[in-house]
Amino acid sequence: MENILAQAKRVAEEAEVFLVSSEETPVQFEANRLKYIQSKQSTSVALRIVRQGRIGYAVTTEPGDSQSLVDNAVETAQFGMPAKFEFPPPISHPQVDVFDPDIESMSIEEITKLGEGLIAIVTNHTPDIICEAGVTKGVISVRIMNSRGGQANYKKSVFGLGIHGSLIRGTDMLFVSESESSCHPLTEPKAVAETVLQQLELAKNPASVPTKPLPVIFTPRGVANALIPSLMAAFNGKVVLEGASPIGNRLGQQVFDQKLWLWDDPTIAYRPNSRPCDDEGIPSQRTPLIEQGTVANFLYDLQTAALAHTQSTGNGSRNGGAPVPSASALIIIPGKTTFEEMVQDIKEGLVIEQLMGAEQGNILGGDFSGNVLLGYKVESGKIVGRVKDTMVSGNVYQVLKQITAIGSEAKWVGSLVDTPHLYCPSLSVAAKK
Amino acid sequence: MTDIEAIGRQLAGALKQYSADYIEARLEESQRSHITYRGRELESIGQATAIGGNVRALARGGWGFASFNSLSDLPRRIELAVKQARLVGKEKSKLAPVEPVVDIVSAEIDKNPLTMPLAEKKQLLDEYNDIIWRTPKLQTSIIAYGDSHKKVIFLNSLGSYIEQERADISLRLTAVAAEDSDVQQVGLSTGSNGDFSSIRGLHQQVEQMAKHAVELLSAPQVKGGEYTVILDPVLAGVFVHEAFGHLSESDFVYENDRLRQIMVLGKKFGSKQLNIVDSAAIPGLRGSYKYDDEGVPATKTYLIREGELVGRLHSRETAAKMKEKPTGNARAINYRYPPIVRMTNTYIEPGSASFEEIIGDIKEGVYAKNWFGGTTSMEMFTFSAGEAYMIRHGKLAEALRPVVLTGNVFTTLNNIDAIGNDLEMNQGGGCGKGEQMPLPVSNGSPHIRIRQCLVGGR
Repeated sequence: MENILAQAKRVAEEAEVFLVSSEETPVQFEANRLKYIQSKQSTSVALRIVRQGRIGYAVTTEPGDSQSLVDNAVETAQFGMPAKFEFPPPISHPQVDVFDPDIESMSIEEITKLGEGLIAIVTNHTPDIICEAGVTKGVISVRIMNSRGGQANYKKSVFGLGIHGSLIRGTDMLFVSESESSCHPLTEPKAVAETVLQQLELAKNPASVPTKPLPVIFTPRGVANALIPSLMAAFNGKVVLEGASPIGNRLGQQVFDQKLWLWDDPTIAYRPNSRPCDDEGIPSQRTPLIEQGTVANFLYDLQTAALAHTQSTGNGSRNGGAPVPSASALIIIPGKTTFEEMVQDIKEGLVIEQLMGAEQGNILGGDFSGNVLLGYKVESGKIVGRVKDTMVSGNVYQVLKQITAIGSEAKWVGSLVDTPHLYCPSLSVAAKK
Repeated sequence: MTDIEAIGRQLAGALKQYSADYIEARLEESQRSHITYRGRELESIGQATAIGGNVRALARGGWGFASFNSLSDLPRRIELAVKQARLVGKEKSKLAPVEPVVDIVSAEIDKNPLTMPLAEKKQLLDEYNDIIWRTPKLQTSIIAYGDSHKKVIFLNSLGSYIEQERADISLRLTAVAAEDSDVQQVGLSTGSNGDFSSIRGLHQQVEQMAKHAVELLSAPQVKGGEYTVILDPVLAGVFVHEAFGHLSESDFVYENDRLRQIMVLGKKFGSKQLNIVDSAAIPGLRGSYKYDDEGVPATKTYLIREGELVGRLHSRETAAKMKEKPTGNARAINYRYPPIVRMTNTYIEPGSASFEEIIGDIKEGVYAKNWFGGTTSMEMFTFSAGEAYMIRHGKLAEALRPVVLTGNVFTTLNNIDAIGNDLEMNQGGGCGKGEQMPLPVSNGSPHIRIRQCLVGGR
C-alpha cells in the first residue's frame, strides 16, 4: 500500500489508497436441506489521485501490479471532475465496535446446525413448505491511506441468517421470509423462525379487498421496501445538489408529519453497516435527517460537500467504485402505538409486508406502486387473511405528511433500515376482480 | 499480469486426482471502464482490472465452492472445495452427461471496447448529454456507460478446457425534469456484445426522451384498474422475461414437487399463436455465447410452442434431476459466484398482426412503452413502463405518467390475444437473481395486446 501511495505521489498532487479484503463463508440450504458450502476470499485496491486538479480513479485485484494501477488512474484523470476537496489529514475516529472474534472461531458444523434448526422449526409448523436458507459468516478488513497522512484501519465481522419459504397449493403461491444480521455470531434461530411462523398464520385464509382508497399499516419490512428507496434518494447530497430532490430546497422546513424522526447512524455497536469512519477516512457520526417532521440535513461525501459548500457527514461510500454519498443505516424513531392498537383502529384496510415492484416507479418524485406480495386484510379491527392480486399506489411525500400513528417497536430490516410500523390514513388500492 | 493460461494448463491434469465426483475450475481476467455523468459534468470515470478464480466440487450430491483473487496455492483451494462438498454430500451426485470440450473462442467483435481511447467514448456521451441539456425545463441528466472485456478459462475433471473471451457494453441515459416539487424522469437503456458502434447514432431517441420527461410534468396519472393494454416490443420483452422466463429456470422447479406439477410439459399457458424462445446460440446479442459456465454448448430452447409448455432452462444438475437434456443455461456473473440457471436472449416469436390491427378495436386502454424495471415472484410479476399513453377509440391519446403493470402469470399469458409482426430485441437490460446482478441478457418481442391487465394508479 505504502508503495502504491509513493508511486502515485510521484505523478499526482494528491493520492489515496483504499484496500479492502474479505474472507466469507456462506452456507446455503435448498429444498429444506444443505446444498452448498462456499468460501470466498477477495482483495481489491482502489487508487484515487488528483492530477492537474482533476480526479483519477482505478481499481485492481492485484496489489502487486502497482504500475498499471497508477497508469490507469492517470489516464482517467485527464477527463475526471475537478477536485474541490482535500483528503483528510491525520484525524481521530470514534470507537465503534464492529469486530467479534467469536465469529472466526465458529465452526462450519455450528453454522450448518443453525440453518438446519431454523428450517426444522418452520417445516414442523408447515410440513409442505419448501425453504431456502442461508447462513453466512465473514470478516472484512479495511485500510485507507492518503498523501496528507490521513489513515484508517479497521476490521469488521459480519454474520447473517435468513430464510425464504414457498408454499404452493394449486397455482397459488405464498412466499414468506425473514433475515437477521449482526457483527456477533447469531446462535439462536428462534427470532427469525417466529416471524416466519407468524406470516404463515396470518396468511392462512384468503381475503379480498375492494378497489378504493383504504387505510394501510406498513410493517417494518413494508416501510423499508416501499418508502425508504425514495427517502434514500431525497436525502442524498448529490441528488440535492443536482436539484432533483423534492426536498432539496426545504432544509429547516416542515415537510413530514411532526411525529416523524429519521437519522442516519453508522456508530451503533456491532451493526453490520457501522464503522469508525467512512470509505474516505472521515469520522462516523449520527446525522439527523428528519426532526419532528422538519428536514434537518442531507448526506455528503467529501467532493459533493465541497461542491455544496458544506461539510462531509462521513457518508462517502464505495460500492466497488469511487466514493459517493450513501446512507449507512437509516433509523426511524419509534412512536407510541402498538401494532395491535393500529389494527384495532381499522374498520377496513390493509397490512403491507412487501410490495413487489415498489422500487421501480418514479423514485425521485416519490411515487410508488406495487403488487402486494405479502399483505393482509383488516376487517373491524382484526386481520382476517392474505390479500393477493392487488396493487397499492401512493406518493412517499403525501404518505409521510400525515401519519396516523408510528409503531412503538422498531425492527431491523436487513442491515440498512431500523423502523417501527407506520399507519397511514389512506392509500389507493386496485384489486383484480 | 498473472498468466492465467499457464495456470490453467498446469491445473488441467490435476483435477482428476481429488476424491470428488466432479470438479471444475474457472480462471478469469477482466478489464472494465465506466464513465458516469450526473448533470452537465462528467462525474466519475474509472478503470478496473481483476484476476480471480474459483473451484467447484461435487461429492455425493453436495457442493463445495471456493473463490479467490490470490492464485497462489491453488491446491489448497481445491482441497477446501472438496472438503466442503464432502461435508454437504449425503446422497448420489447427479449431472447430465456432456461431452468434454477443448476449444478456444475469441470475442465476436472486431474491436475490443477497452482498447478504444477514453476520449472517444467521452465525446459520444458529451453529444448525448448536450442534447438532453438543450431541452427547456430539464432539471438534470444521468448517464451511465460501462464496458468490459474478459477472458475466462474453464476446465473440469472430465477433461474439458475452454478459453472464452467476451465483451459487453451497457449505456443508460436518464433525463430528469422538475417543476415546483414535482420530479419526472425518463430513461433509455441500450447495450451490445462489445460493439461500440451499436450505441452511436441515438441522438434522435435521446432528444425525444428528454422532451418526454418534460411532457410528463403536465401528464395525468392513470386511474388504477383493469385495462386492455398494448405493450411495445421493449416492454413486452421485459414482460416475457419477468412473467415467464424466470419460471422456466429449472433450479426453482427441480426440487419442488408442487412446482413440478404446475410446470408439467404440455401444460397450456397461452393461445396457439404464442411461442416463447430462449437462445444463447443466436450470435451477436448480449446474452449470446458458445459455452455456458459449466462448459455446455449453447442451444435454442423453445419454452412455449403454440401456447403449450414444451421446455425449460437447465444446468447439468437440474437436467439430470428432471431427466431432461441440458440446455447450456448455467451462468455466473463472475468468478466470485457459482453458475446458476439463467436466461440468455429471451423473446416472443413474431405473429402476423400490424400495429393498426392491434389497436383498432380498443375503446379504452393503455399503450405502455419502454422499460423501467420488472420483477417476479414466479406466480406474480410486476413491470413498469417508462412511457404510457391512453388509448381511446382505437387511437393513441394523452400521455400518462409512468405506469406499473402487474398480473398473475398463469392467467396473463392466456390473456394475450394479439401478437404483432414486428419483433425487436432490446439490449438494455441486466438481469438479477440472488446476489448475481447485473447479468448481460437481451429480451425481445413484437407488439402484444393483453386483455384485463391490472394497472396501478390513483
